[in-house]
Amino acid sequence: MNALVNFTKIFKFHGGVHPPENKAQSTQHTIGQLPLPEKLVLPLRQHVGNIPKIKVNIGDKVLKGQLLAEAEGTVSAAIHAPTSGTVSAIEDTTIPHPSGLPDRCITITPDGKESWIDLKPQDWRKADRRALIASLRLSGIVGLGGATFPTHIKLRSDGKSGVHTLVINAAECEPYITCDDLLMRERSEQIVKGIEVAQYLLGAEKVFIGIEDNKPEAIAAMQAATANTSMQVVVVPTLYPSGDARRLVYLVLGQEIPYDKRSTEVGLQVFNVATVLALYRYFEFGEPSLNRVVSMTGNVNTPQNFEVLFGTPLMHLVNGAGGAKLGTTHYIMGGPMMGFDLPDENVPITKAANCIIAASPNLFAPLPPAMPCIRCARCADACPVNLQPQDLYWFAKSDNFEKARDYKLFDCIECGACSSGCPSNIPLVQYYRYAKSEIIAADRAKEAANIARERNDFRLARIEREKLERAAKHAERAQAAKSELAPASETPANATPEANNHADSGDAQKAAKQAAIAAAIERAKAAKAAAAVSGEVPKNVVETTPTVKAEIAEIEARRASVGLTEKPAADEDKQAKIAAAIARAKAAKAAAEAAKKQE
Amino acid sequence: MNRSPYISEAPSVSNIMFKVLVALVPGIVAYVWIFGGGVLISIALATATALASEAVMLKLRKRPIQPFLMDYSAIVTAWLLALAIPPLAPWWLIVVGTLFAIVIAKQLYGGLGYNPFNPAMIGYAVLLISFPVLMTKWPAALSLAQTKLSFADQLHYIFSGILPQDLKIDAVTSATPLDYLKTQLTLKHDIASIKAAPLFGALGGKGGEYVTFAYLFGGIYLWQQKIISWHLPVAFLGALALISGVFWGINPAHFANPLFHLFSGASMLAAFFIITDPVSGPTTPKGKLYFAAGIGIITYLIRVYGGYPDGVAFAVIFMNICVPLIDAHTQPRVFGHEK
Repeated sequence: MNALVNFTKIFKFHGGVHPPENKAQSTQHTIGQLPLPEKLVLPLRQHVGNIPKIKVNIGDKVLKGQLLAEAEGTVSAAIHAPTSGTVSAIEDTTIPHPSGLPDRCITITPDGKESWIDLKPQDWRKADRRALIASLRLSGIVGLGGATFPTHIKLRSDGKSGVHTLVINAAECEPYITCDDLLMRERSEQIVKGIEVAQYLLGAEKVFIGIEDNKPEAIAAMQAATANTSMQVVVVPTLYPSGDARRLVYLVLGQEIPYDKRSTEVGLQVFNVATVLALYRYFEFGEPSLNRVVSMTGNVNTPQNFEVLFGTPLMHLVNGAGGAKLGTTHYIMGGPMMGFDLPDENVPITKAANCIIAASPNLFAPLPPAMPCIRCARCADACPVNLQPQDLYWFAKSDNFEKARDYKLFDCIECGACSSGCPSNIPLVQYYRYAKSEIIAADRAKEAANIARERNDFRLARIEREKLERAAKHAERAQAAKSELAPASETPANATPEANNHADSGDAQKAAKQAAIAAAIERAKAAKAAAAVSGEVPKNVVETTPTVKAEIAEIEARRASVGLTEKPAADEDKQAKIAAAIARAKAAKAAAEAAKKQE
Repeated sequence: MNRSPYISEAPSVSNIMFKVLVALVPGIVAYVWIFGGGVLISIALATATALASEAVMLKLRKRPIQPFLMDYSAIVTAWLLALAIPPLAPWWLIVVGTLFAIVIAKQLYGGLGYNPFNPAMIGYAVLLISFPVLMTKWPAALSLAQTKLSFADQLHYIFSGILPQDLKIDAVTSATPLDYLKTQLTLKHDIASIKAAPLFGALGGKGGEYVTFAYLFGGIYLWQQKIISWHLPVAFLGALALISGVFWGINPAHFANPLFHLFSGASMLAAFFIITDPVSGPTTPKGKLYFAAGIGIITYLIRVYGGYPDGVAFAVIFMNICVPLIDAHTQPRVFGHEK
């Protein structure tokens, strides 16, 4: 096996960086357990996609593993009670998100009994694929590498994935993070069983497990565990960002997934190592997604990995690691390359939290002020996508978004390799995030304007049609009246009807005229409105091709995958918003009722 | 807030510029060894002028002075210009050149990072066009000079224009090998007889070739330190060697061999220190190859057919103009995209 591994060809991608690993600190201890915290705060938004629908009320007693909120719509994930206890609040609380904004959370006060629901293991080897994938919707499992994309979406519900090769992402390329490393060292057997589940669900023939060469213990454990399988452990060089799915696929298979395609479109699927472990535990024991392993490292007394219940308050975890050392200024969620500052110390641990770093000025010295770009192209040398970051920076800085798009801004994975190597300390990734959000906002505005214009065109057409119809009707009636009255036209007795008729047709003419005027006014107004709206849309986004839209969607997904935003595609977003509003209204009502009851 | 990455693995701009200065030291030492200490006076004058004019311009432009003065980029420009002009020229020549380089070519275009042209080469070109005679008064190698000027003599001459014992300047200067070659070729001499003159060494000019070796040495240090990429020097020297090799192959009696071109004039200084200015050069790997090869070819054509003995400055300025075009047409293939 060893010989086989050594002979595996590695396809090195362009660029990449190798910052100090800082992984040794948190690998001194095995995965630890924490005592039950006093409360668990579960944000509804812990994944990419729609907010799940709350299924409990304040005051409800819940069991460990009980469904608290069910997946809503296609892309969504369920939330379960990580322990038994009481639903003590359903309210907006600050969640671990770069925005620092509060969002709806369910708070559980544990009863300390850890009483499980009736667990229903499934023999996945004997079950129908479609039924298994359907049941995964209830598991709450999302990509645990930090992407938090609902796992059941990644497995086609019709069981026809078309995937022939499964790549297990165990690269864990970001500095400081060691949760996957420890999982592989300690639970390789379960991981391999989880891979078998995923392989079965996808119908994949081949499995490659990509691990960076800075994890010799994990490599050894995985090689031992896969010895009697057809799975292949591929040792990839330690080169950030090897854990980016597209980069890892290239390293392992030498295949570039086209920029405008999903991996499944070329028969590939990538799963994180912790995610497949969660799959195994779901089918083997019936356990939904209740916890994850988190690296608690940085400026704490005893950096260590812990198996943490979702909803555990940050400080509970920090205290588990011996507490923060002097000089800790704040906490970072994720690694130092792509992570973000947590808004405060009370936020809960969520499904996306693979690592928490206690930050201090010693660990992360504030950068000196940015200098002008000297075009040294170190960023281009470091870019794993082979972009020209110095050009993108120039375009983003000058709001030249059309050019930025031309230079493939939306292929940027925001890995930060460029920024970390910039002699002028330019926050390059921030510029790209800014440019992307501006472009996306402009595209949305443009789309809204298009819809408004279409509606208006339709309205004008309707008015025109109605006017014509009315005119035709009048003409018909006038004709009919004329032919009716014709024989008696001379008699004074008929003067009145005649006059009436005249008056009538005069009224009709007036009405038609008024309608025409109104229509003209409407047209003018609409034209003005359209001009005003389109005036707000920069020229560079006026022609948005479907490809570009797809690109944007893709980027959105990727951005979401790094926890930047949780906005799915536009229509789903809308649905989600509506669902959220309804959920909020319901929750508010429920809360009010509960409050009444308590009174 | 999302402000990742939190870690920086980069050397600072000052760090990079400082290393460029360090890499120039061997060349300067060799220069002093071969031609005397006059160049040190030029360097001092240029440095002082560069820093003072940069500070004044930053002040006028309401930019922070300290971080920009400490980035050493003005000093790099000053040193390159000082090494490019004759060290025994009157003191104001280097001052005028440096002023032009810093004030016009750099600061008026927006300062560090915004100059489309290599400031040192702009300064050089201005001096060459405005004061052509002064720009050809190169000191003879000390080993060749009949009268050896001491450092004090050189210092005195630079500021007063008076040589000891009423010597004429021509007694202590000589044509550069490239200059000499050019004039002799117009007199219908052949290469072999021209190169028999004492002015010539094994590869380039006698003595001067050691200085170019020292530049080469410093350049390799810059490459090893990842301050410059191999593309620029390799393409420049390669193109220069190739084109001179072709001409030399056709008529060795009329065209000097490639080694002479590589080790004469500003070739080595250009290859590692001048054309490697990132601000005014292209950024794509392929673009760097085109850019540098273009400079190599134009340099050769000016040397052989142009009105000046050396052509690096004009070649660099010309190729600087082409940089936006080169960059636009040499974009590398992005991951996951078709070519």
